[in-house]
Amino acid sequence: MEAARDREEQHAGHGGEARAGTGRRIGVFICHCGSNIAGTVDVRRAAEAVRGLRGVVYATDYGYMCSDPGQALIRRAIAEQGLDGIVVAACSPSMHEATFRRTAEAAGLNPYRLEIANIREQCSWVHQEEREEATRKAIALIASLVEKVRGDDPLEPLGTPVTRRLLVVGGGIAGMTVALEVADAGHEVILVERGAQLGGRLSQIRETYAALSPLAAPLETLVERVREHPRIRVLLESEVESASGYVGSFTVTLRPALPAAALAGDRGESNQAIGGTQYEVGAIVVATGYELLPLSRLGEYGGGRVADVVDALEFERLLADGVLRRPSDGRVPRRVVFVQCAGSRDPEHGVPYCSKVCCLYTAKQALLYRQRVPDGEAIVFAIDVRTGGRRYEEFAQRAVEEGHVLYLRGKVAKLFRQGDRVIVWGVDTLAGRNVEVAADLVVLAAAVVPSAGAAELGRRLRATTDELGFFREAHPKLRPVESLTAGIFLAGAAQGPKDIAETVSQAGAAAAKVLGLFSRPELVQEPTVATVLEELCAGCGLCVSACPYEARSLNPRLRVAEVNAALCQGCGACVVACPNKACVVRNWRPEQTLAMVGAVLGETPYRSPDAGE
Amino acid sequence: MKVALLPEGLRSRLQQRVEEASGQNVLACYQCGKCSAGCPVAGVMDLLPNQVIRLVQLGLVEEALTSQTIWYCAACLTCAARCPKGVDLPRVMEALRELAMERSGDHLPPDRLPAEALAEWPQQAVIGGFRKYTW
Ligand SMILES: Cc1cc2nc3c(=O)[nH]c(=O)nc-3n(C[C@H](O)[C@H](O)[C@H](O)COP(=O)(O)OP(=O)(O)OC[C@H]3O[C@@H](n4cnc5c(N)ncnc54)[C@H](O)[C@@H]3O)c2cc1C
Ligand code: SF4
Ligand code: SF4
Ligand code: SF4
Ligand code: SF4
Ligand code: SF4
Repeated sequence: MEAARDREEQHAGHGGEARAGTGRRIGVFICHCGSNIAGTVDVRRAAEAVRGLRGVVYATDYGYMCSDPGQALIRRAIAEQGLDGIVVAACSPSMHEATFRRTAEAAGLNPYRLEIANIREQCSWVHQEEREEATRKAIALIASLVEKVRGDDPLEPLGTPVTRRLLVVGGGIAGMTVALEVADAGHEVILVERGAQLGGRLSQIRETYAALSPLAAPLETLVERVREHPRIRVLLESEVESASGYVGSFTVTLRPALPAAALAGDRGESNQAIGGTQYEVGAIVVATGYELLPLSRLGEYGGGRVADVVDALEFERLLADGVLRRPSDGRVPRRVVFVQCAGSRDPEHGVPYCSKVCCLYTAKQALLYRQRVPDGEAIVFAIDVRTGGRRYEEFAQRAVEEGHVLYLRGKVAKLFRQGDRVIVWGVDTLAGRNVEVAADLVVLAAAVVPSAGAAELGRRLRATTDELGFFREAHPKLRPVESLTAGIFLAGAAQGPKDIAETVSQAGAAAAKVLGLFSRPELVQEPTVATVLEELCAGCGLCVSACPYEARSLNPRLRVAEVNAALCQGCGACVVACPNKACVVRNWRPEQTLAMVGAVLGETPYRSPDAGE
Repeated sequence: MKVALLPEGLRSRLQQRVEEASGQNVLACYQCGKCSAGCPVAGVMDLLPNQVIRLVQLGLVEEALTSQTIWYCAACLTCAARCPKGVDLPRVMEALRELAMERSGDHLPPDRLPAEALAEWPQQAVIGGFRKYTW
């Protein structure tokens, strides 16, 4: 089908020259942007100069083109002058190309016959001291875009259908929340969880900060709702083997989860298929959560080999038992030392970032311990106590004042076993004293790190992870729940350390994004994609390997290249790679580009006064 | 006791000399105290190792120079191996010792030592004694 579309296109794709001669009536609209542009570029002179360009029948300047009156000016000129091509000389196309294309469309002009000449970011702002040169450069830039518009075809946006089914990877609180929201809204959801049960890390956590509210019962209810939901299919002990396709139309292969050992191995090994099942989905949410830095990575803190030194999740399990007992001999610990920042904020031996949740859960664990063992002592070593969040500071103070938890300000250097106790060497920098504590149990607030295999999953989904393995968002402030790949969204600690409240908020936002996508009748995509001129294509496949978006393939029967228009981003890599000039990106044909370069170099053919083109 | 903070501004000449001589950015230290907590000699020091680097951060290098800690430091490198921020504290200590020695002049003028003593005393100790022990 795609190939058919390409073949159709290639007929239109020829004949740029003929097109140029078909009497374009181009209008040029030069924006002052207040004094942003007009303070440097002589806009009057620029308008005067471009009036003489081949194809230009109208040119004017105005204070703010993007304002309502500015846009009205463009619409009126299209109607009155019968314009069939527009150049707006203004700010970067990333600012207002979409705005002006809508304006053109409203006036009945095909939006792809409007182009932006960037005379602000790439001209007035960078040449504020050189007004004369800036003006000449602005004229050259406009002339170049005029040449492009002369060759622009009217294009229609491409429509692709949406499969209204969601894949959620990870069955923690994040994944379950997204699944329920989307299923409740009426769509099918497939939830894959690598482990044997739903709930993620929270199934190990009994009470939560800051209200010490019990978690088991609400979590149980949530798990039940997910399991019983008619539109959610839960696949336990399963994982993603591979994924292909694009937003609205992914094909994913799921398979039984490999044992953890295989995950640690190289990726070639874990790629072997063991009978996967394929599913078609329109969107994917990654909610693979986190794990704790293994104690073996914390050599000074015993490397996991000293008895009664446990990580914080293990301590949550100990707290959950009827009587709190330490692992080695089952005695009730009378003095517990909590070590914060174990591996966090430690670029030399652990991870550079702050794990964000451990200050608060340490306060919680110390308080809970004091409740379980009222005559016990809780001592916390902390460099800082970070309590951003509603009621969090009050909670940490409660641990100190009501719980009588002793906070020491300093990092632990070393711990070791002596008899039946663990000796902790630390410091209190406020008193300027080194301290030694003999503890019955030591709890390490080990760093929060991405789940095993996260980076490999990222590669399979083509959703990038950062250098640490957390999934990367499209924009840290403005697009925090979208991955860099359209149609793949992020929820929870898979993206970075988060507590439950933050996780649930983000999961809700991801669900809203998915529902937004599923509510569209079809997806519209920029039509400025690559095409193949089949009679020129030798089937060499160079473009296939050049394409960074896996948008190209070789048709085995016709032995020519094909483009999957839904994947193509119009980057042009294939155009450069093709030795036969058989790759062409719509409205970026080679002759257009050459004419644009020519115009910048001053080779623009000015219309002779009486040629009447 | 109150001190005038940063008497010579945020980056004093002495601070810069300590940084140059040690090759360390003293501002990288975030005062976690882990160096002190594990220092085998801390028990006899007048300032904890993290306090020495704190004084340098505050521009109070003079105070660091007159502390005994810089001489007690055994350059065992324990703290350097453990520092989460990769601060090589023994190098900072060494830089401070160098600065202190540079100022203190010769304590044992070699030309006035009796020949028998020079022949008997361990050479390392004699050379070390020229300038060390600033008070
Ligand atoms: C000791 C401790 C105490 C805490 N206490 C609190 C507290 O009191 N209050 C609070 O707000 N927060 C607390 N937290 C934080 C809380 O655990 C997290 O906010 C929460 O678990 C994040 O949920 P999630 O769904 O993103 O990740 P997770 O709970 O980690 O769930 C992720 C799920 O994805 C699965 N998975 C991973 N990779 C794959 C894969 N490739 N394929 C399929 N499935 C996969 C995992 O098996 C897991 O089930 C605590 C954390 C710790 C360590
Ligand atoms: S949250 Fe607290 S304990 Fe955890 S890394 Fe950050 S500062 Fe350290
Ligand atoms: S233009 Fe870029 S994305 Fe499109 S087919 Fe060519 S190389 Fe691939
Ligand atoms: S590089 Fe050109 S000739 Fe080779 S397969 Fe691609 S389009 Fe055809
Ligand atoms: S261990 Fe490093 S960061 Fe911590 S106080 Fe010592 S020098 Fe500073
Ligand atoms: S190098 Fe000096 S300061 Fe560091 S641990 Fe050894 S003796 Fe202490």
